[in-house]
Amino acid sequence: MIILDPTNERGPRTRPRAPRLARLDGATLGLLDISKPRGDIFLNRLAGLLEQRGARIVRFRKPTFTKPAPQDLRQEIHAKCVAVIEALAD
Amino acid sequence: MPDGLVAVVKRDCSTCEMVAPVLRELAAAKPLTVYSQDDPAFPPHVKVVDDTNLDVSDALDVEIVPTFLRVADGKIVGRTQGWKRDEWRSLSGVAGLGAELPEFRPGCGSLTQEPDIAARLAARKSEMQMSSRRIQLGEREDPIETMYSRGWSDGLPLVPPTPERVARMLTGTSRAPADVLATVPPDLAACTVEKVAINAVMAGCLPEYLPVVLAVVEAACTDEFNAHGVLATTMAVGPSIVVNGPIAAAIGMNSGVNALGQGNRANATIGRALQLVIRNVGGGKPGGVDRATLGNPGKYTLCFAEDEAGSPWEPLAVERGIPAGTSAVTLIAVEGPRVVVDQKSRTADSLARSLAGCLRTVWHPKLAQTCDVLLLISPEHARVFRADGWAKRRLRDELITLLTSPGDELVAGYGGCAEGMPPRFAGEHVPKFSPDSLWFVHAGGSAGMFSAIMSGWARGPGGSQPVTRAIKPWA
Repeated sequence: MIILDPTNERGPRTRPRAPRLARLDGATLGLLDISKPRGDIFLNRLAGLLEQRGARIVRFRKPTFTKPAPQDLRQEIHAKCVAVIEALAD
Repeated sequence: MPDGLVAVVKRDCSTCEMVAPVLRELAAAKPLTVYSQDDPAFPPHVKVVDDTNLDVSDALDVEIVPTFLRVADGKIVGRTQGWKRDEWRSLSGVAGLGAELPEFRPGCGSLTQEPDIAARLAARKSEMQMSSRRIQLGEREDPIETMYSRGWSDGLPLVPPTPERVARMLTGTSRAPADVLATVPPDLAACTVEKVAINAVMAGCLPEYLPVVLAVVEAACTDEFNAHGVLATTMAVGPSIVVNGPIAAAIGMNSGVNALGQGNRANATIGRALQLVIRNVGGGKPGGVDRATLGNPGKYTLCFAEDEAGSPWEPLAVERGIPAGTSAVTLIAVEGPRVVVDQKSRTADSLARSLAGCLRTVWHPKLAQTCDVLLLISPEHARVFRADGWAKRRLRDELITLLTSPGDELVAGYGGCAEGMPPRFAGEHVPKFSPDSLWFVHAGGSAGMFSAIMSGWARGPGGSQPVTRAIKPWA
């Protein structure tokens, strides 16, 4: 019997993880708020701790937590930051 | 096609047997090519081209054997079927041909016309347009188990999507298999009509359901409906599909007894087809991007038709802007249904109070303006609203009034309960629902004073919005 493939037929691509940051001092880090309640409390605390260690913080916010981050936002984070921390949920 | 005379015959045809001597006579005198559908040794003493794979017969659209043709410059310039002596003489240019035979004898059906063979040939043609990967199963492989092990199933057995079945499914639409219908989340994969057809076969759909399934997939994969969020959320929601218009009856959908339950093929498989498209084309699986804490049984399938004929109100799709008489689907992301029991109300006012009391609890009694709600009003409840002359709008307005509460009692912390509205709502009067968030559909069996509430997910542009799409007829 022959059957037809019902999937999108894409092969998963394995990519290596980005290297860990050697140092926080002087690094520009993004903090992404996904617009879930209380994500800001978590990120504010993180921002303080990271700034104490010399990191420069840039804050970002998704328009809604229910949809993937818009392409422009992802590119902006990529252009401005060496790493990003995302607060996932309340 | 060689020039000269062409005959298509089969041994299992008494008329072909009868004309065999005529073909032998012609073969000696004229350029003649004979194609045999079932036996390359027939007719005897004539050079025969084997057409047991029916390629030539199919290409020539042979319906009856014998079919006798005259070909000049590669084109058919004369054609007859069965035995008609005058026509055979005229086409062949042999004046005394078949003198010993009767003047006329009808032929037999071509093998290409036998139902199973015709389906196989149609599939072969359609397969030429199909681009999906073909998976050859081993002789002793159980296709049902293979599909489970490949992760294609929602937990229930699937119908194996053989090329023949998919070709038959594609007869349900005039759209080309390669047409890209939608981008399916979460993998944002381009989804062709062919991929929908494959998943519709697996779900158990009939070809006549395909136009509905195509409209459903299009509606689901819009930014408004936000199938990504509906799938990914930890909340127990999934798509509900309401079908309106003449197609519902035409394909035998259920809008009556047990409308939300088991037992109707169209209801069961259309909803399942969407779920399988999101699973297989979109790559959305429970435990992967589907993070539902509990889920709900409607995530297997939740699709039904509105009982328009018995309704006191305009159909849902008409209310949402589709012209009356046009078939359409409406998708709303909802939890499972909960029943509203009211066997005593005989006035619209009383029944509205029952609905309001039950609606107050959706999501949480202290949360307001959170979601859309699909309300299924059964015939016996609809009768009460009809008797009192309540239009949908009246019922909606009354419910909003009945469900407007002092914000003081809704805010977080009130009544010893941490859940609730933000403090800014204190001192206000807060309606539980916005006017454009209550959607009424008439469905259900004729007996029973039970309606149902299906409450939704985060509403509006930041969540999921109901989406209605007209069903494109076969054209």
